[in-house]
Amino acid sequence: MAPRFEGVDFYDVGSLLSEEERAVRDTVRQWVDDRLLPVINQHYLEGRFPLQLVPQMAELGLFGANLPEEYGCAGLNNVAYGLIMQELERGDSGVRSFASVQGALVMYPIHAFGSEEQRKTWLPKMASGEVIGCFGLTEPDFGSNPGGMITTAREAAGGWVLNGAKMWITNGSTAKVAIIWAKTGALDDASSIRGFIVPTDTPGFSAKDQKGKLSLRASDTSELVLEDVKLGKDALLPGSKGLKSPLSCLTQARYGIAWGAVGAAMGCYDEALRYAKQRVMFGKPIAGFQLQQQRLVEMLSEITKAQLLVLQLGRLKDQGKASPQQVSLAKRNNVDMACDIAREARRLLGANGILAEYSAMRHLANLESVYTYEGTHDMHTLILGEEITGIGAFE
Amino acid sequence: MKIAVCIKRVPDTETRIRIAGDGASIDETGVKFIINPYDEFAVEEALQRRDKAGGGEVVVIALGPDAGQETIRSVLAMGADRGVLLKAERIPADALAVAKALAAELKDGGYDLVLFGKMAADDYHHGVGPMVAELLDLPCVTAISKLELEGGKGVAEREIEGGVEVVEFALPAVLTAEKGLNTPRYPALKGIMAAKKKPIEIKPAALGEARAIVTSLSLPPDRKAGRIVGEGPDAVPELVRLLRTEAKVL
Repeated sequence: MAPRFEGVDFYDVGSLLSEEERAVRDTVRQWVDDRLLPVINQHYLEGRFPLQLVPQMAELGLFGANLPEEYGCAGLNNVAYGLIMQELERGDSGVRSFASVQGALVMYPIHAFGSEEQRKTWLPKMASGEVIGCFGLTEPDFGSNPGGMITTAREAAGGWVLNGAKMWITNGSTAKVAIIWAKTGALDDASSIRGFIVPTDTPGFSAKDQKGKLSLRASDTSELVLEDVKLGKDALLPGSKGLKSPLSCLTQARYGIAWGAVGAAMGCYDEALRYAKQRVMFGKPIAGFQLQQQRLVEMLSEITKAQLLVLQLGRLKDQGKASPQQVSLAKRNNVDMACDIAREARRLLGANGILAEYSAMRHLANLESVYTYEGTHDMHTLILGEEITGIGAFE
Repeated sequence: MKIAVCIKRVPDTETRIRIAGDGASIDETGVKFIINPYDEFAVEEALQRRDKAGGGEVVVIALGPDAGQETIRSVLAMGADRGVLLKAERIPADALAVAKALAAELKDGGYDLVLFGKMAADDYHHGVGPMVAELLDLPCVTAISKLELEGGKGVAEREIEGGVEVVEFALPAVLTAEKGLNTPRYPALKGIMAAKKKPIEIKPAALGEARAIVTSLSLPPDRKAGRIVGEGPDAVPELVRLLRTEAKVL
């Protein structure tokens, strides 16, 4: 039985949190210790998402936790929401991804762009975990450039007909509902992109598990195919308009990822520190060797900076002042630092570091996906480059 | 059904304890405090009883400094209805002094049940619950691992050496909870938000006279390093000899 996780907090960042924010963090932290960590390795090795944990996560209120209570959500602020993502990702990036997609990529757009009727239909069922959702934006040939998508929605008698394919869709095979982004106009007109609520049992909709992943193995990643999928008029998210709508969902999800990466890094550091203190080589714990001390100090320094960064970002977001570029900086910085920390932790653990019994290599493999999804590290570099120079390096 | 749960704020059982300068208390700097783990079973039982009865009230009572409000709030987040903090500069080491203050608060409360953890994880006294029962002249069953209530009566089970003891009692009663009585729930996020709006009454604790005081605290001695007496079958006679003569375990 692993010792209970007590957090990594060198700068007493916890004192900058409210009592409720700390309570939210502690509740999720304990749940991860009690319920997620004991089962994650087996699921990871078998390549299965731990679906049996969804009702518990729903009961805790983890889905769409920053959306209003009137729709069955917890109505938390964005800092508390971030802390949930942090603690979940200390468990596993795949489980955090599940919660990110459910909350930030499906519930958020229904709340932001949906009609009141759509909100009332879907949000309570998604908060309670009864309905699992997925988000279809990326296509086989359009990743960093989603505006180039070729999935179409055409108006037909009494509604819409969708055709196209989506790829790298988290929760794709598990979902009962998909938010599909499609062009309602010409293929070169990104401003015609609209969002649609698509029940996954609609004829013409199919999902296929993407096999052979060496990362995010405890997560469902699927390819979606839409072949003459006929929908009623009410499938359209009326408030969605152009590429900026799905991009605003990604900003929500990236915000959570910036927090999640801190959790993965904290988990790796905690494991590495414990191991270093107890592993004896040349007659003393390896924590007593300068090289390992440097590793640990670098990890702690980066984690501390990242914690302060996301906390301030969260406070800005709660004041309605966080820009997408600020979110880009946090996602880019924190995921990169978490990748480095996971790798260094893996190395500190020596041969043991390659075993599933320890978490470092699982986190390391997971974080390579997190580095690439929700805006690659490189794209965030270019977004920030454009922001500070005023000169776009892409498009 | 009206139920009181008396809880205590204690240092996290996994925290590393340092003794303060006075030699008789712990240095609280950097120590994380939690609800006494046994009290969590009492809280869960109270919530289940209230919900099963289809109504009533669960009142959580703590004694100690202001920081106890955070612990009370964590129980409100689990679903208790309101809290009472009996304010004292520190929690007296004398169980009877604490019991008198709690009994004074409970006396006219009209409670059907008063629940405690069987002991506090920091001082191991096992004392406050039974003392409160005596002061209130109520039946008391300690360290219960199962509870059934019907009409004005209750039946509790206690795990005793080599068996189970079944105790019947009349309500109102004081019960103390053993680990395993139930599985305490997590405070859900909605509960945490709702707890902000629930009332916590703060009043001075009517502490009894402290007739027992802690004079000193010490940490257990460091464990001595082990010794390797040799390797392989050749080492066995020497090992057996030492286990006989030095460790005296054979």
